[in-house]
Amino acid sequence: MSGIKHFFDVFINSFDVFVEGFKITIYLSVASLLIAFIIGLFFAILKISNVKILQWIADAYIWLVRGTPLIVQIFVLYYGLTEIILLDKFWAGVAGLAFHSGAYIAEIIRGAIQSIDKGQTEAGRSLGMTSGLTMRRIILPQAFRRAVPSLGNQFIIGIKDSSLVSFIGMQELFGVASTQGSNNFDYLPFYLTVAVYYLIIVLVLTVLVNMLEKKMAQSD
Amino acid sequence: MSEGKEKEMIKVEKLNKSFGDLHVLKDIDLKVNESDVVVLIGASGSGKSTLLRCLNFLEIKNSGKIVIEGDQIEQETHDLNKVRERVGMVFQHFNLFPHKTVLGNIIEAPTQVKGISKEQAIKEGKLLLDKVGLGDKYNVYPSTLSGGQKQRVAIARALAMKPDVMLFDEPTSALDPELVGEVLSTMKELADDGMTMVVVTHEMGFAREVGDWVVYMHDGKIVESGIPIDLFDNPRKERTKEFLGSIL
Repeated sequence: MSGIKHFFDVFINSFDVFVEGFKITIYLSVASLLIAFIIGLFFAILKISNVKILQWIADAYIWLVRGTPLIVQIFVLYYGLTEIILLDKFWAGVAGLAFHSGAYIAEIIRGAIQSIDKGQTEAGRSLGMTSGLTMRRIILPQAFRRAVPSLGNQFIIGIKDSSLVSFIGMQELFGVASTQGSNNFDYLPFYLTVAVYYLIIVLVLTVLVNMLEKKMAQSD
Repeated sequence: MSEGKEKEMIKVEKLNKSFGDLHVLKDIDLKVNESDVVVLIGASGSGKSTLLRCLNFLEIKNSGKIVIEGDQIEQETHDLNKVRERVGMVFQHFNLFPHKTVLGNIIEAPTQVKGISKEQAIKEGKLLLDKVGLGDKYNVYPSTLSGGQKQRVAIARALAMKPDVMLFDEPTSALDPELVGEVLSTMKELADDGMTMVVVTHEMGFAREVGDWVVYMHDGKIVESGIPIDLFDNPRKERTKEFLGSIL
C-alpha cells in the first residue's frame, strides 16, 4: 500500500517538471509528424510515378529507414547535422523522427492511393481533368480517408518514438523521467508516472482519430 | 451515315491497338455523323470497349487516324485533356466520385477544368439533374442511390461539360434488370435531343429502336455494319447471323 501512496506522491509532486517535458514531447511530435507527412506524401507520389529513377529514389529512402534502428538514425543525424549546419538538439530530433516516420507514412499513403479504383482516375480524365488535378481533387481525398486509421496508428508510434530523442539530451517526457529517477535514486515511480502521461496522450489521439473516421464515413 | 451530307463528327481510319502481344483492334474504319447514334455490338473481348476508349484517348492507338470534328487528333500535337472535354464518357461501373455529393460530382469538372463560376455550375447542374429525373437528389452522396440513379447522375456529370459527343461503355451491364429501362430512356431522350452518341451495349432493343447505325465487331474487326433493320433482320455475314442467333 505504501508503494502505491508513494507513486501518487511522486506523480503529484513531479507535476511541474513533467509539464515542461510534456510540452517538449508535444512540440517534437507535432513538428516531426507534420514534416513526416509531407515527406511521406512526396515519396508516395514518387513511388507511384511512372518514372523509374524516381521510384528508385523512393525505394532507397524507404530501405534506408526501415533497414536501420531509429536510435541510430537519431544519433547519425544529431552528430552529422549539428556538425554541418549547426542544428540545435530539438531540430536534430525533429529531423530524425520525421525522416523515420516519413518512410512509413509514404508506404501508407502509397497503399491508400493504389487501393482507389482505377475507374475514378478514368472518370476524372474523361471529364478533361489533367492527371495532376485528378490526383489532387479525386484520388487523394479518397486515399486520405482510407488511410486515416493507419495514419493514426503511425502517429501514435511517432509520439512514443519521440522518447528516443532523450538520448541526445532532450528533456522531453522520457528525459524528465530518467533525470528525476536518477536524481532521486528512485526510478520506478518516475517511469510509472511517465507511462501515465504517454497513455493520456495516446488516448486523446485515439479518440480524435475515431471522431475523424466517423466524420469521414458520412459519405459511405 | 445514311445521307452523307451531314457533318462528320468522328472518323476513324485503319485504327490499330495492341496490348502487348494481343492485337485488340485491327484496321478499324468508322464514321459517326452529327446527331447520329452508333451502336457497337459484339461478344465480350471483340474490342468494342477498347474502340470506345480509343475515341476518348483513355487508350492510345498504335496506328491509324482518329478525326474528331475535322481535326486529326494525335497525342504529340494535341492536348488530349482539351479533346476529352468535348467527348463525354459514361462507364459501366458509373465511377461517380464517392466523396462528393451528386451536385458536387456534376460541378467538379465545369468549375475545375472550364473555370465556370460555382453559382453558374450549380444552376446548370440542377437543370441537368431535373433532365435525368433526379432533381431532388442533388444533395445526397452517391452511396445512397440505386444503380440506375447512379448511372443517370453519371450521364448528367458528362453532359455538364457540354460535350459534342457522348460515349457509353456498356452503361446498363452492371444494373439489376429492373433498373435498365430508366437509363435507356434517359439515353433515348438524349438521342432525341440530337446528341451524337456511340454506344457499346448488349441491349438489342435499344440498338434497334434508337440506333441509326449498328456495327457488329468480332475478334477486333468490324464484321458488318448497317442500319438496324438491315443488320438485325437481314445480316449478310455468317458470323453476324451466328452472333444474333446466339443472343436473340
